[in-house]
Amino acid sequence: MSDIAIRGVRKSYGRIETVHGLDLAFGAGEFVVILGPSGCGKSTLLRMIAGLESITAGEIAIGGRVVNRLEPRERGCAMVFQNYALYPHMTVAENIGYALKVAGVPKAERLRRIAEVGRSIGLDGLLDRRPAQLSGGQRQRVAMGRAIIREPKVFLFDEPLSNLDATLRVQMRIEIRRLHDRQGVTSVFVTHDQTEAMTLADRLVVLNAGRVEQVGTPEEVYHRPASRFVAGFVGSPPMNVVDATAAGPDTVTFGGLQLTVPPHGLERGARLAVGFRPEDAVPTAQAAPDGPVAAIDLVEDLGALRLLRGRLGGADVVVQTAAGTRHGRGPLPLQIAPSAIHLFDAETGLRLAPRAVRAAAA
Amino acid sequence: MIERTPLVNLLTHLVLVGGLLVLLLPVYVVVVAASHDLVAVNQVPMPLLPGHHLWENLAVAWQKGNFRNVMLTSVIVAGLVAAGKVGLSAISAYSIVYFDYRLRMVFFWIIFATLMLPLEVRIVPTYAVAANALEPFQALFDLSGLSVTLPRWNLLNSYSGLVLPLVATATGTFLYRQFFMTIPDELAEAAKMDGAGAFRFFKDVILPLSVTNMAALGTIMFVYAWNQYLWPLLVVTDQNYATASMELGRLVPSAYGEAPVWNTAMAGTLIVMAPPLAVVVVLQRWFVRGLVAVEK
Amino acid sequence: MQKRATFRNLWLASAFIAPQLLLVFVFFYWPTAQAAYWAVTLEPAFGGGNQFVGLENFRAVFADANYWASVGASLLFAVGCTAVAVGAALVLALFADRGLRGHRLYRFTFFLPYAVPAAAVGLTFRFIFSPDAGLLAGINHVVPGLWNPALDGNDAFVLVLLGQSWKMIGYNFVFLLAALQNLPRTTIEAAAMDGAGVLRRMWDLQVPLLTPTLFFLLMVNITDSFVDSFALIDVTTHGGPARATMLMVYKIYLDGFESKDYSLAAAQSMVLMALIIGLTVIQFRVVERRVHYR
Ligand SMILES: Nc1ncnc2c1ncn2[C@@H]1O[C@H](COP(=O)(O)OP(=O)(O)O)[C@@H](O)[C@H]1O
Ligand SMILES: [Mg+2]
Repeated sequence: MSDIAIRGVRKSYGRIETVHGLDLAFGAGEFVVILGPSGCGKSTLLRMIAGLESITAGEIAIGGRVVNRLEPRERGCAMVFQNYALYPHMTVAENIGYALKVAGVPKAERLRRIAEVGRSIGLDGLLDRRPAQLSGGQRQRVAMGRAIIREPKVFLFDEPLSNLDATLRVQMRIEIRRLHDRQGVTSVFVTHDQTEAMTLADRLVVLNAGRVEQVGTPEEVYHRPASRFVAGFVGSPPMNVVDATAAGPDTVTFGGLQLTVPPHGLERGARLAVGFRPEDAVPTAQAAPDGPVAAIDLVEDLGALRLLRGRLGGADVVVQTAAGTRHGRGPLPLQIAPSAIHLFDAETGLRLAPRAVRAAAA
Repeated sequence: MIERTPLVNLLTHLVLVGGLLVLLLPVYVVVVAASHDLVAVNQVPMPLLPGHHLWENLAVAWQKGNFRNVMLTSVIVAGLVAAGKVGLSAISAYSIVYFDYRLRMVFFWIIFATLMLPLEVRIVPTYAVAANALEPFQALFDLSGLSVTLPRWNLLNSYSGLVLPLVATATGTFLYRQFFMTIPDELAEAAKMDGAGAFRFFKDVILPLSVTNMAALGTIMFVYAWNQYLWPLLVVTDQNYATASMELGRLVPSAYGEAPVWNTAMAGTLIVMAPPLAVVVVLQRWFVRGLVAVEK
Repeated sequence: MQKRATFRNLWLASAFIAPQLLLVFVFFYWPTAQAAYWAVTLEPAFGGGNQFVGLENFRAVFADANYWASVGASLLFAVGCTAVAVGAALVLALFADRGLRGHRLYRFTFFLPYAVPAAAVGLTFRFIFSPDAGLLAGINHVVPGLWNPALDGNDAFVLVLLGQSWKMIGYNFVFLLAALQNLPRTTIEAAAMDGAGVLRRMWDLQVPLLTPTLFFLLMVNITDSFVDSFALIDVTTHGGPARATMLMVYKIYLDGFESKDYSLAAAQSMVLMALIIGLTVIQFRVVERRVHYR
């Protein structure tokens, strides 16, 4: 179990820089999830930690030791790949035990540990099979077993669940988290799936285009997104974000509508983006004068809840209501509590903190 | 797909059966001719069914063509070429694909370009090299002014001479390169994470995964080497190193006008074509796969 | 075309590439350089080092009507063999691909000729086409003297052409069938839904989609007819009668090893080499530009 420090790390391929100076610290035993859209540099970061990719600038330390120049085998990390990367010609047992074989662990000891790991991840009867004879979920387990058997200081996961079907994905997700809770090994888990990220993480790192957007617990990231990007990426369905203009220190307008927000000390005429979660927009019987009215054109009934889709102030919005509500197509007056409203700078996309909070922090 | 096309089906069968007959006819004619006595084989029109003298003729051809020695030599040469090729191209392709050094692409092109230099077009100077395989190095030393004298290494009338030039070709290297490119990067990365180095990865992962390719390459190289004619003709003057394919030419008078002893000549032909045919019949799958893969 | 995961062990990399580089140098590049050297020099009659003569050897080669005859024969041979071997293989592959009863047998049999040694092909065809025994001798019974490859250049040419084609049909068949089976089934099915019949689909769909493979085979067959025909000629016609089957390769061999005129042979080698390099370059250019429909 080791902590990981990432200081000013950059990565360039040729002249193109894809990771732009990351500074991150992961605590020992922490489960960190790196979340971001495809191509944002998640894998690159993970592979730099693993030693599969050279570090262009900056340094990475694992357990206090700078590893920039160490080979993968010297870093004490184990990795689970998206496509599992099992050795097709080896049996499950050979796959799991290969690292020990390379390390020169005597055969008897090796077999004992393979059996032990096999039991712990539910591969008991399958040790003599080849990867081709396994189902997707079983292959995934083998990949896990191969990582576990080395008793690494750090687990690295690169989208390990994305090749599984929906049911298995949830099941393996739970197993991975339980495994972590049992063993307490520092884990870095890369994914583009925000549900996976929210459910697994002690701490989330949201990455976008090679830069960190936000670091925080899932709760922080969900309730206080640091940027318009995070707001739009985390949550399912994601936060509604509408372009707006400040009409006073605590009012904004968009599309002829008005909305009261907590005091942000807004300058009149400033351009902003207003965000609110689908569950924070509450349909009301009576619209406030100039209050928001969405034009609903599609209703999705998910059983446990209903999603009402439509337009509001020139933007697409989603409103989430409980099962059993009967709002249909047509105009829908909404009530949004000022405390549930997030404001972002139109230029930078950064979150605008309410006055009160800033005062309290100061 | 449900299709009722009786006429086209009839045509299909006609074309295919026709093709089969035309393609097999020459081999059939060889068998028929090899199974008659001299009088019968020279009849016009020739007999259309096999006779009773096949073993007799085979025995005579076997004696006349010295096939006991010659077949053994051919098996050894073809086996060595196949094995050499399988091993040599595996390692050179591994070097080109799995390492990142500056000359990598230069080497790739050096090897690649040899595809444009078939043996037949550089036959005269290659023959000169065979007389002393170290001559190129001697010449380089002489050019550079170093007074080093290398021993002579004569490849004429030797297995090395029959085998090495055939092993040098680039085809196998490309087969492997092609195959290595299809192996996912993650496999090498997983091996690295497991602590394996370059050699370990080659031995434990790449070689076992290449078995199919090796079988395919080995099969086509065996046939290719067996069928070589011009090169053995040049480097072999000693009967002990004569190969089956080149020996065939001696079963018939070289002047085209003279009539050969056809029944034994055809028996010899049968003997010479049997091993490569047997190999491709038995290893059909590998042969076809190798053929297609080599040329990609 | 570069692997993401590479190793750094340069010793191993060098050790693995060295053997092939050495062989390639000794048996390919050195002889080629040697041929180039001989092509521009002459060995004096009374010993001593080679003398540089510029393009003299080439001039001698090009001034020789026999040389141009061999070029002509080679080109005709190339075109003829390629047309016969690719054309026949295409028809067979298209029909075999239909997968009617027996298609496994065809698939298994059609490529067999390619495994037969060229020398054996030569002897076989020499017998089949012999004027006084064998399969075709019957013709001479009906019309005496009509068929005699030993005396008639055209007859001899047909003989070697058919021999080479017979061998290559199997090779071409393998590639065309593989390519046909790689075509997306759904495309064929879509055409069937559009009402195109079997033959129509072959002509409108499968043949055009095979263009890349056909082009590749065109190049291979031409190259092969240039270089691989040696054994065939050597056990049958020896380039005769009256030089009718004197292909370029065979002439190089005769000039080099029978007449011992290395310079003349080398100059011809260079020309043939240029031809083959040209063909390869064309092939790559076109493949680069992708005749491929994918
Ligand atoms: N070997 C490479 N060469 C050039 N660019 C690369 C290479 N690997 C990744 N990239 C680029 O780096 C960026 C980040 O890639 P990656 O880390 O794989 O993204 P992801 O977040 O989807 O895992 C992408 O834009 C990708 O195109
Ligand atoms: Mg990725």
